[in-house]
Amino acid sequence: MDPVETNNLTAVVETDEVIAPGQTYRSVSDRVSDMVLEWPIGYRWAAGLLLALALLFVLNLALGVVFTIGVGVWGINIPVGWAFAITNFVWWIGIGHAGTLISAFLLLMRQQWRTSINRFAEAMTIFAVACAGMFPLAHMGRPWLFYWLLPYPDTMGTWPQFRSPLVWDVFAVSTYLTVSLIFWYVGLLPDLATLRDRAKKRITKIIYGIVSLGWRGSAVHWSRYEMCSLLLAGLSTPLVVSVHTVVSFDFTIAILPGWHSTIFPPYFVAGAIYSGFAMVLTLAIPLRKYYHLEGFVTMKHLDFMAKVMLATGLVVAYSYIMEAFMSFYSGNPYERYMMMNRMTGPYAKVFWTLIACNLVGPQVLWLRRFRQSAWLLFGVSLVVQTGMWLERFVIIVTSLHRDFLPSSWGMFYPTRWDYMTFLGTLGLFFTLFYLFIRFLPMIAIHELRDLVHKKQEESHAAVH
Amino acid sequence: MARYLYGLMAEFETPEQILAAAERAHAEGYHRMDTYTPFAVEGLAEAVGFQRGRKLSAIVLCGGLTGCFGGFFMCWWPNVIGYPLNIGGKPWNSWPAFIPITFELTILFSALAALVGMLALNGLPMPYHPVFNAPNFDRASRDRFFLCIEADDPKFDLGGTREFLEGFDPVEVSEVES
Repeated sequence: MDPVETNNLTAVVETDEVIAPGQTYRSVSDRVSDMVLEWPIGYRWAAGLLLALALLFVLNLALGVVFTIGVGVWGINIPVGWAFAITNFVWWIGIGHAGTLISAFLLLMRQQWRTSINRFAEAMTIFAVACAGMFPLAHMGRPWLFYWLLPYPDTMGTWPQFRSPLVWDVFAVSTYLTVSLIFWYVGLLPDLATLRDRAKKRITKIIYGIVSLGWRGSAVHWSRYEMCSLLLAGLSTPLVVSVHTVVSFDFTIAILPGWHSTIFPPYFVAGAIYSGFAMVLTLAIPLRKYYHLEGFVTMKHLDFMAKVMLATGLVVAYSYIMEAFMSFYSGNPYERYMMMNRMTGPYAKVFWTLIACNLVGPQVLWLRRFRQSAWLLFGVSLVVQTGMWLERFVIIVTSLHRDFLPSSWGMFYPTRWDYMTFLGTLGLFFTLFYLFIRFLPMIAIHELRDLVHKKQEESHAAVH
Repeated sequence: MARYLYGLMAEFETPEQILAAAERAHAEGYHRMDTYTPFAVEGLAEAVGFQRGRKLSAIVLCGGLTGCFGGFFMCWWPNVIGYPLNIGGKPWNSWPAFIPITFELTILFSALAALVGMLALNGLPMPYHPVFNAPNFDRASRDRFFLCIEADDPKFDLGGTREFLEGFDPVEVSEVES
């Protein structure tokens, strides 16, 4: 290996381009695959994984207790039956949406800046959906009977009720998980071949050889491959919109004040993208620092993501304002009470924190200084994620705890098991993510080579 | 085991070189050839004589239609025939309520068809292929561009074809055995 070339790459270069200048096919291939094949296991990685595993054990404990004793160990009750479980579900699934949007929608739009971030954003999607999926299952109370949701000819002669959004949800989320996995794997295929060809140990070669399916980069294969990617992108884009729309149907189809609203589908989709981009930033900023990827995940990427976050944040802000306006404008006393209760009732503090996190805080992104500083951006992304979690909590709990009849009002107080289940899924997410960055290329190598080629063509065109 | 000549492999450094070589070879009348590149080089598939068809799109369309009609039927039959339930006085065939699942299954089956169709048309998984025997071929997934003219091409002639390939200034031309 040419040592000069390698040294250049580990040096920290901040750049305004979508990829640092001076990269070659070989340099990008070696740089990204070396992180899997050559780099020793770092103590930071090991410490991070251990912490994530510790949280994963918290999840095991919490779910163990929930399954053996029952969902009553959570703070849920009647009227507040959903609380943390569904808050977490919606939060996680929303986070996943940015990954699909980056990989699919930006591919259709031919945005070059998606290239360095799509792989780990898609990984984030899959892991987030895996975390999301645990909550409806655990919340069922008898999760071993989950297959009752699926249509199969049972001995009782009954069938699922397909007019229910909860059944739609099952199909939406499982389709989303499957299609995200397919898209991710198709994208990985040529990169796994690179790992196979560069691996030195026999066992590594065999494993990557099996999973790369004998990919050899034939022109005919590439042609169909590109077609397949394009079709998957075209399919995923409406899918991602439909998934969060269906999630919002879980609320809007009910007649509860605060849920029964037509603004929910677009509002939920915008919120999902908002929190998802925040999560991509939360992951990208430490990754680029500790793996010295400043030449690939550049300030330009961070700047673009910050702008998407700001734009979707404004849609979310508009929705909050509209929601409040419509509550009063509707003239419906229950709607009006719901909104007053949100702003001044027992959960008012949570509501105003949410407004501060989601509506006020991110306005700093108008300032270039905030978008140009990785760590300030990291801070904003954490604020947005907190805000989006609180948003779902407010929607669920404040609507449920006081509905039509004062005699059926109640309060929700989370228990330690509520917190432990939530923190536990963070453990699951980060465990999977730590394993991913160690065993799979976290940046799409073949797309980087393509980007290098395009950049070369652009500079040639500029010269002539 | 007897060894057969699979073809002649020329190794190039840039996508422009291989594109020129492939186009020229095709114009010269070579038809059984393929290129192996680290990324999709535009125009290369056409240059080696691949007709970009609608096969994959057709497979995906079939998958999508299966998901669409199958999905609707899956909602319709149980709720209208198998186990009718009166939900808020809605008609038995309240089809708008069946659309979300119909849509999701359309996407699901299309995506599965895209994956399976792409792999099947490409003949993958194929763990062994003669081209892997070519020297330096591990760089086809990194930074080198390979053009292989196969021995069963009617125009193939070991000396002549080698000379032809040498004309494009490749890094190396080598015989590939199967």
